[in-house]
Amino acid sequence: MPIWEFTVLVWIGSAVAGLLGSLTGLGGGVVLVPLLTLFFKVDIRYAVGASLVSVIATSSGAAAAYVKEGISNIRIGMFLEIATTLGAVLGAFLAAKVSTAAIAIIFGAVLLYSAYLSAQTRVRLTSDDIPDPLATRLRLNGSFPTPEGLRQYYVRRVPAGFSLMFGAGALSGLLGIGSGAVKVLALDQAMRIPFKVSTTTSNFMIGVTAAASAGVYLSRGYIDPGLSMPVMLGVLAGSLLGTRILFQAETKWLRLVFSTIILLLGAQMIYNGIAGKI
Amino acid sequence: MKMTGLPLWTDRKVEDLIGNLLRVGVLLSAVVVFTGGVVYLARHGGEAADYRVFHGEPNELRTIPGVLRETFAFQGRGIIQLGLLLLIATPVARVALSILGFAAERDRMYVAFAVIVLVILLYSLFGSS
Repeated sequence: MPIWEFTVLVWIGSAVAGLLGSLTGLGGGVVLVPLLTLFFKVDIRYAVGASLVSVIATSSGAAAAYVKEGISNIRIGMFLEIATTLGAVLGAFLAAKVSTAAIAIIFGAVLLYSAYLSAQTRVRLTSDDIPDPLATRLRLNGSFPTPEGLRQYYVRRVPAGFSLMFGAGALSGLLGIGSGAVKVLALDQAMRIPFKVSTTTSNFMIGVTAAASAGVYLSRGYIDPGLSMPVMLGVLAGSLLGTRILFQAETKWLRLVFSTIILLLGAQMIYNGIAGKI
Repeated sequence: MKMTGLPLWTDRKVEDLIGNLLRVGVLLSAVVVFTGGVVYLARHGGEAADYRVFHGEPNELRTIPGVLRETFAFQGRGIIQLGLLLLIATPVARVALSILGFAAERDRMYVAFAVIVLVILLYSLFGSS
């Protein structure tokens, strides 16, 4: 396939991945690597490098909008970024040590988990409004704008959230994804942060987390400009379109379709990993 | 900076600044990547695409000085890589800006947190090669 044709096809695929990822809140990275490795036959190390770069673009692009609206909690983000960036550097170093087959299998497992998570309807876990001493000391509690005015919330289980974030960072560095699913798990389930705040804060953190592994990736030669160019531009275009629709569209059926795709891709990645095809 | 009774006020200012920085950084890097892409495709668009086998990038595309040299030589791949470096630098600049924001609020604890994150990021960019 000539380079220009490859570039156009990868751009289209990446734009669709970015759009779906942004509409469902799962991020484009999670389908990008399977798309590149399974359909475009790209070596997983190049795929992971290109995906990581695109993750920075979407996170920063979307975060710009959310931060301005005052939904993201900058303090929660900054505090937890200590954990995610440490994890990300570790993950990026591990990526060079682990075989590509193992990376494919771990990737598949993360896909299956993401599919499971996105198929579940999120139960709104209401926290009792008694401030947690550690969260208060760290000034993590905040408020966000709702149609009824500012809503106050209290953060809890900080150590559990911090540990999960380290794991999310390591996965991000190893697989070149944003690990949005694990981040939201930490913020949502462990720390009981309201849905809207956890989604946007997670997005806000993804860029910094990915930047921490990008340096290692670059010096290892994983970031190929010819491949990263259409991937980054495509994902960015798709996800920007997605954030514009996000506030209006009902995305229930879309999540279902997307989680089915992720499920199939996950199974395929694990199969290829075990069969030694990657 | 004027201190008001509402800490939210300064928070909002920092948030606005950070929002603008992220927007400009991403836009700028996308423009540079696109420009490099045009140069690259114009010269190499007809060659065969092959990413099946991992060779790793050549040294010029792995380091910041190397990328700058390639950019000045007007190499498409070098220009794309420069755009990607700008993209990687955007969250780093965001963290650096947060340090100033927290310092303006006299929030020492968060100045320290942001400095830790910045050191990790700079280590990854400059110390890992």
